[in-house]
Amino acid sequence: MRMNVAEAVVEYIRQSDIDTIFGYPGGAVLPLYEALRNSKVKHVLVRNEQSAAHMASGYGRGKNGIGVCLATSGPGATNLITGIATAYMDSIPLVVITGQVDSKNIGSDMFQEADIVGSTEPFTKHNFLVKKAKDIPKFLAEAFYIANTGRKGPVLIDIPIDIQNEIIDFEIIEDIDIRGYKPTFEGNVRQIKRAVQKINNSKKPIICVGGGISSSDGRDFLAEFVEKSKIPVVCTLMGVDSYDNDSEYFAGLLGSHGYPFVNKALNSSDLLIVIGARLADRSTSKYAFNSNQSIIHIDIDPAEIGKNVKTHVPIVGDASNVLKTLNTFDFTLDCSEWHNEIRNSRIKYKKSILDYKEKSNKVNPCVLIDKVSSKMKKNSIMTADVGQNQIWAAHFYNGSKTRKYFTSGGLGTMGYSLPASIGAKIACPDSDVVAVTGEGGIQMLLGELAVVREQNLDIKIILLTNSRLGMVRELQLNNYGNDSYFGVDIQFNPNFMKLAESYEIKGIRIETDDEIEEKLEECFSQKGPCLIECIVDPDFPTLSHWRWN
Amino acid sequence: MKSERHVLAILVENYSGTLSKVAGLFTRRGYNIDSLNVAETMDHKTSRITVTVTGDEKILEQITKQLNKLVNVIKITDLTSKKSIQRELMFIKVSSNIENRNEIIQMTNVFKGKTVDISLKSITIELTGDEDKNNAFIELVKPFGIIELVRTGLTAIERG
Repeated sequence: MRMNVAEAVVEYIRQSDIDTIFGYPGGAVLPLYEALRNSKVKHVLVRNEQSAAHMASGYGRGKNGIGVCLATSGPGATNLITGIATAYMDSIPLVVITGQVDSKNIGSDMFQEADIVGSTEPFTKHNFLVKKAKDIPKFLAEAFYIANTGRKGPVLIDIPIDIQNEIIDFEIIEDIDIRGYKPTFEGNVRQIKRAVQKINNSKKPIICVGGGISSSDGRDFLAEFVEKSKIPVVCTLMGVDSYDNDSEYFAGLLGSHGYPFVNKALNSSDLLIVIGARLADRSTSKYAFNSNQSIIHIDIDPAEIGKNVKTHVPIVGDASNVLKTLNTFDFTLDCSEWHNEIRNSRIKYKKSILDYKEKSNKVNPCVLIDKVSSKMKKNSIMTADVGQNQIWAAHFYNGSKTRKYFTSGGLGTMGYSLPASIGAKIACPDSDVVAVTGEGGIQMLLGELAVVREQNLDIKIILLTNSRLGMVRELQLNNYGNDSYFGVDIQFNPNFMKLAESYEIKGIRIETDDEIEEKLEECFSQKGPCLIECIVDPDFPTLSHWRWN
Repeated sequence: MKSERHVLAILVENYSGTLSKVAGLFTRRGYNIDSLNVAETMDHKTSRITVTVTGDEKILEQITKQLNKLVNVIKITDLTSKKSIQRELMFIKVSSNIENRNEIIQMTNVFKGKTVDISLKSITIELTGDEDKNNAFIELVKPFGIIELVRTGLTAIERG
């Protein structure tokens, strides 16, 4: 079909079953916006381009597919970078379209010119600068294919404005053959057999899951594997929603912000089965390799295997496929004693945190998240920001096969939660969507409240306020001792109730634990956006365990 | 682990930005490049980047794996000196006058180099060889005064 490049881009998006994209217009994307105007693809106008990438991330994660965002050249494109880098660290498939100045003038420092291909090199799985209009069908096909296969990630296509206007013969390319890109999907069967042998010989095994489970759509296969092998499961921040948190086999989050008993279990296990996790510094900060322990590492990205911990049985492949093969074997091990020990610890720790009270009688954020979680229906999505709220949410949101948890795990991007929840709600209008955030995070991209209203999205925003940048404050305390706080006091907060009102969003304030039930009922019984401000004691720790020890 | 010098032959697709992606990866991940050269192969769609790096086995494994993840990288071969032929080209401009000119030309001939330019005050020599040979020649002409020195960095090909 004859059409211009801009129309081809929009047509490709439409045919990829992506009904909504997130963007901000500008001079260098005029033809793309003109093509969008005439298309069925819905455009959500963000308030800052960074949010466009986060919304696309929430959308893609909600749909288990690709999210698309769009920005103009120069500052539009550079504003996207934080969002792109966030997606890159968490292996979230995005296709990012940016406009570029006239191709004949690239390099001459034109108005709103920025080398976005160069600047996003470290943060994209791949990127393209379109120099010839005829390349666009190939680049589009490759971009969408690369973003959503192998270890997923963002791919950027930068299109100069003159090229957007060029007429081409457009047909969607189905056969994609990229010489340098051949991800391994199936695990090596011999290695899998070795893994089974190790599993059957182990006495204290533990499964550690990360984002690879949800990314490969492998929740069901993981559930089957645990059911068959009866091995306890721990997770990284990205893996919170990989496995039913209510299950007796679920132990919890590991690492610097995990329960101490989980880290202890990790250290005393004789076999660690890592699936779709890269075991980065935060996950392994409390982990000490012992020579009696074997490690099986299953990951789609060969570069992650052996990078952070020494591996005994490496299996390169898609977590889903490897689990499927694993499930065809018999597991004869018996680790019930080990499992009971871990299970009892979990019950004990969870209870003590929920019973924990500060003198001030303000809201216990863990109790709050626990209650919020119980109000959410089965198919629900919680997005969490970065900092204390993220950890409280990770521990007390009951993730499961049908309940997703989106957060910025790798890059730790404050501000992620609100825009990600918008993308998630648009992708999954029938799911309950809750955005958990703090006053630091929400104010990073506060303008997106307007998008919540504009799109009339039924999102419940749980805003935990303690007039502090809580996690940094804690880091200062741990590193420099008492009274060492600096730059972490939020001395002025807007009146969030009035703020909600001015955005025409319902505002609710919870000040003590006693009010939680009633106020949450008020919030969840009504449709429509709601901002729930919860007053948390500044001294309430991320994890209260060090106070007991 | 022992730190060793490796010559990596990286076959890449000829797209704009590919060299930048490869070179950028080394910088980002903190690997040092000793030398790098690049040119088209017999197939105009592909180029060959030859990179010399120093690192232990673990670093080299990571470099190779990370490079392999770049979409435009087709193949990486670690060319050990035993199984490959390695050469670099060097131009060296040495300060020289009528009296010592012949002496330098003689040394050049012994090293199978070529004298490519002569002026009243200097002589320019082209020399191809492995790095040891080129280094030896540099030492030899140093006393005359080296005005300028350019080296291409190693390029290499597998034997057989």
